[in-house]
Amino acid sequence: MKKLGVKSIVAIGIGAALFFVLGRFVAIPSPVPNTNISIQYGLLAFIAAVFGPIPGALAGLIGHFFIDFSYGWGVWWSWVIASSVFGCLMGIVTMKLKIDEGEFGTKGIITFNVGQAIAHAISWIVVAPILDILMFQEPANKVFVQGVTGAIINIITTAIIGTILCIAYSKAIPKKGSLTEEN
Amino acid sequence: MSEYILEFKNLGFKYRAQAKSTLYNIDLKIKKGEKLLVAGPSGCGKSTLGSLINGLIPSSYKGDITGSLLINGKDSKEMSIFDISHIVGTVLQDSDAQFVGMTVAEDLTFALENDCVFLPDMRKRVDEVATTLNLKDFLLHAPGELSGGQKQRVSVGGVLASDVDLFLFDEPLANLDPRTGKQAIELIDELQKKTGAAVIIIEHRLEDVLHRSVDRIVLMQEGHIVADESPDELLSKGLLSECGVREPLYLTALKYAGVSIESKMRPSSIENLVLSDTDKAQLKKFMKEVHKDKKPLSKEKLLETKGLSFTYEKMKKRALDNISTAISKGEMVAIVGTNGAGKSTFSKVICGMENEDEGQIFFEGNDFSALSIKERAAYVGYVMQNPNQMISKVMIMDEVAMGLRLRGVPEEEVQEKVTKALKICGLYTMRNWPISALSYGQKKRVTICSILVLEPKVLILDEPTAGQDYRHYTKIMEFLRQLNQQGITIIMITHDMHLMLEYADRGIVFSGGKIIADKTCAEILTDSEIVDRASLKETSLYDLANLCGIEDAATFVQDFIDYERENVRGLWDE
Amino acid sequence: MNNLFNYIERESPIHELTGATKLVCLLLWSLAAMTTYDTRLLAVMSVLGVALFPVGRIKLKDVTFMLVFTLVYLALSTTLVYLFSPRHGCGVYGSTTLLFGLSGYFAPTAEQLFFQLNYILKYFATIPFVLLFVCTTNPSEFAASLNKIGVPYSVAYSVALALRYIPDIQKQYHEISQASQARGIELSKKASLVSRLKSASSILIPLVLSSMDRIEVIANAMELRCFGKNKKRTWYMERKFRLIDYLCIVVCALLLVASITLTHINGSRFYNPFL
Repeated sequence: MKKLGVKSIVAIGIGAALFFVLGRFVAIPSPVPNTNISIQYGLLAFIAAVFGPIPGALAGLIGHFFIDFSYGWGVWWSWVIASSVFGCLMGIVTMKLKIDEGEFGTKGIITFNVGQAIAHAISWIVVAPILDILMFQEPANKVFVQGVTGAIINIITTAIIGTILCIAYSKAIPKKGSLTEEN
Repeated sequence: MSEYILEFKNLGFKYRAQAKSTLYNIDLKIKKGEKLLVAGPSGCGKSTLGSLINGLIPSSYKGDITGSLLINGKDSKEMSIFDISHIVGTVLQDSDAQFVGMTVAEDLTFALENDCVFLPDMRKRVDEVATTLNLKDFLLHAPGELSGGQKQRVSVGGVLASDVDLFLFDEPLANLDPRTGKQAIELIDELQKKTGAAVIIIEHRLEDVLHRSVDRIVLMQEGHIVADESPDELLSKGLLSECGVREPLYLTALKYAGVSIESKMRPSSIENLVLSDTDKAQLKKFMKEVHKDKKPLSKEKLLETKGLSFTYEKMKKRALDNISTAISKGEMVAIVGTNGAGKSTFSKVICGMENEDEGQIFFEGNDFSALSIKERAAYVGYVMQNPNQMISKVMIMDEVAMGLRLRGVPEEEVQEKVTKALKICGLYTMRNWPISALSYGQKKRVTICSILVLEPKVLILDEPTAGQDYRHYTKIMEFLRQLNQQGITIIMITHDMHLMLEYADRGIVFSGGKIIADKTCAEILTDSEIVDRASLKETSLYDLANLCGIEDAATFVQDFIDYERENVRGLWDE
Repeated sequence: MNNLFNYIERESPIHELTGATKLVCLLLWSLAAMTTYDTRLLAVMSVLGVALFPVGRIKLKDVTFMLVFTLVYLALSTTLVYLFSPRHGCGVYGSTTLLFGLSGYFAPTAEQLFFQLNYILKYFATIPFVLLFVCTTNPSEFAASLNKIGVPYSVAYSVALALRYIPDIQKQYHEISQASQARGIELSKKASLVSRLKSASSILIPLVLSSMDRIEVIANAMELRCFGKNKKRTWYMERKFRLIDYLCIVVCALLLVASITLTHINGSRFYNPFL
């Protein structure tokens, strides 16, 4: 593996920690009773878009692993891996964006959202169900229905939260050459 | 080997993204074992100087370096950040960010681990370092279980473990309460004597650093070194205030009285200060002249608590124990005490962020308990310490309007109220700017403005000036004072003694969940027992009063503050 | 101590195993449970897992909270399997034995009930072991253990950093959300989904942006203390392997071998009593 810079390593750690805190402690009630919407994928998409595929994949892997781990219900590897795949794909499709240089216009928003929709579809409708079937021999229709539901919810949350985060971050960055004072 | 640990030769530096240079023609030599204070207002280049010394420039921050810097006689251009880190140990301002280990022991060994030191040697080194810094009982503690002072000691230990020749402290006092800050300065002093290493302290709080002597002070302004001399020399000139660095209070008082400061008076510390009888008499005479009897404050109760108690779920000890107090209309009050004394909990319970176990809260005589956190915000506004933790919109206008829009106020009314609030806060001309273009102090204004727009009668501010230099501190505080004069009651939670002394009418001191004092700040800061229990520090004016044989120190301090408020302050603000 | 994951500090033979050993065992054990659907092996693993609790001096009440969570989740999941595919077992075992004289799409079959029994057993084969791992492994040892089993130390350290900063971020989130509530942000059911998500972003923006600033400072602090200087690093929390460590790994490896062998003998991952 290519040597990761210290900043990427810290980004993985902090990204995973944020992913964990959002996934574990922040509950947004959904229209379906007794279910909560997970907003952590919006964050993961953002981390991947800023830091790239490897940090995205690892932050998703570690963060999701910790969530499962803290509930103690056994590590649901198929979904952990799907989270990681999403982080990685997201990092790849947003490679050309320069959010950390303050650029995130209409074109960026479109790339980001088309990318996240594809990445979510692959992760939850392909990767997670197939792994579930391989590992647990689960009924195919059950896992695909779960996958499609998950993908739709995640695409919506990422479209809102991920996009807003990217815009806010790109706007918070002073544009190249426009700095005048230190601090 | 060179006799100098650091040698700057005509060094200049410009950050890549900036149009102007940050440092110009720096010539500075630091001997081995020397102790140096680098002072100056924010933006003067002192932090950049620090980054050059520890190698973050050019490793993390890119830019053009002209001239040269020799570290231990070697050109720093030929050294990696790792080479430098074996000579220079850096203790950063943010001790939470520097504390990367999961426990104290792991953090102490972080650098050793990276150097592949074997386990038995690490254990030995941890033991030595923990003994030196008195951390042995905490080795297995997580950072969340430590106080600010302890975390800082761990940071010091983390660099001490690698046997460096130079300690670089970047704003070591920024996050500490006064007494812990005093202990930190004592610790740095001991460390220097014990290890024989050189020490550089970057700090704008000059008086606090001078609690222990330093060899030289380097004063910086706009990228230049404007003074490099002994503290006694520097303090006998007027250069400090010209550069926006606050001089020690006792010297300010003497200057007001017309006493001229000379280096032979040893002005660098109040303990060594030599005053002639004429000087003392002059001070006494001056103070008598300016003395005024205080006007009594309004006693119309605005906010009142009766027997308020609160316990956090996970903790057994009461965070608030039977708190009964009242805040009057139009007051500016400081709430002080150590971390965990209950001062933040108190404000959270008032704002409805936590629910009291017992007791009552009244606002203008009405029971507050039934109101939700959102409803209470219309009466009591809460401003967090770090403005970056409150800002969630891109544009100033939207940020300020957010609270109103969320309350479903019609857009026309929103515009009207936002305009009014922006004008009060002096932000109207910038209303269409992105918030990212603002300075820290301006961001603070935006957060205050976004709370003010809900028209609360009381503002609670958590550490309103944390980490700000004298100029920014004054700007923020004068702004709060103006708000106060317009009728808004202000409660400030703070560690900063200057702030409470200069701006608060009254201080409420918390300790162990109880109120242990409620009187004027001058009285509090001249009362040794309270100062000790609340982890504060007596103001140096108190020592000056003692030195001059003034018996009623509290009145002396109050007179000084009153004089300064009326005659000096505000003159140089913008 | 960092108690996010319910680590319980006690003295027991399992606590004394190195973190790396437990991590390897966990991986081997999960892999074994994952591969097989053989009722007999799953039963053995379930019993073995529960039997290890007294060895690790972990009591039922230590894990009640997590256990309840798991059981609810399991109940939901099994119900879903039945609702979605009431004849899944018939496909798996290749026969249909209707029970209680009922018929229709949702009529119970012996195969389906047996499949679901196995499905539940599969959970029971892994959950006790995971719970035990959670309770007996000091999170501080995580990173060192990962590095020991071959994960590059840079990645291992990001795991440590995540564990280190989770409590800080949690506290920060709490504070920011309180202050936002005062300004009128609500995450309750009253608002529409989209506006709830927008409210959530209003809390997230300050949290995430200040964390982004943090990343740079932490990276600097780490580099100033030589992180990334060498190809390897040592770990203060690392412990030496003893005989018992190797033994445990061998036992778990044997389980995996058993699981693969059984799959081979059965000709499929399932043990089929209906043949």
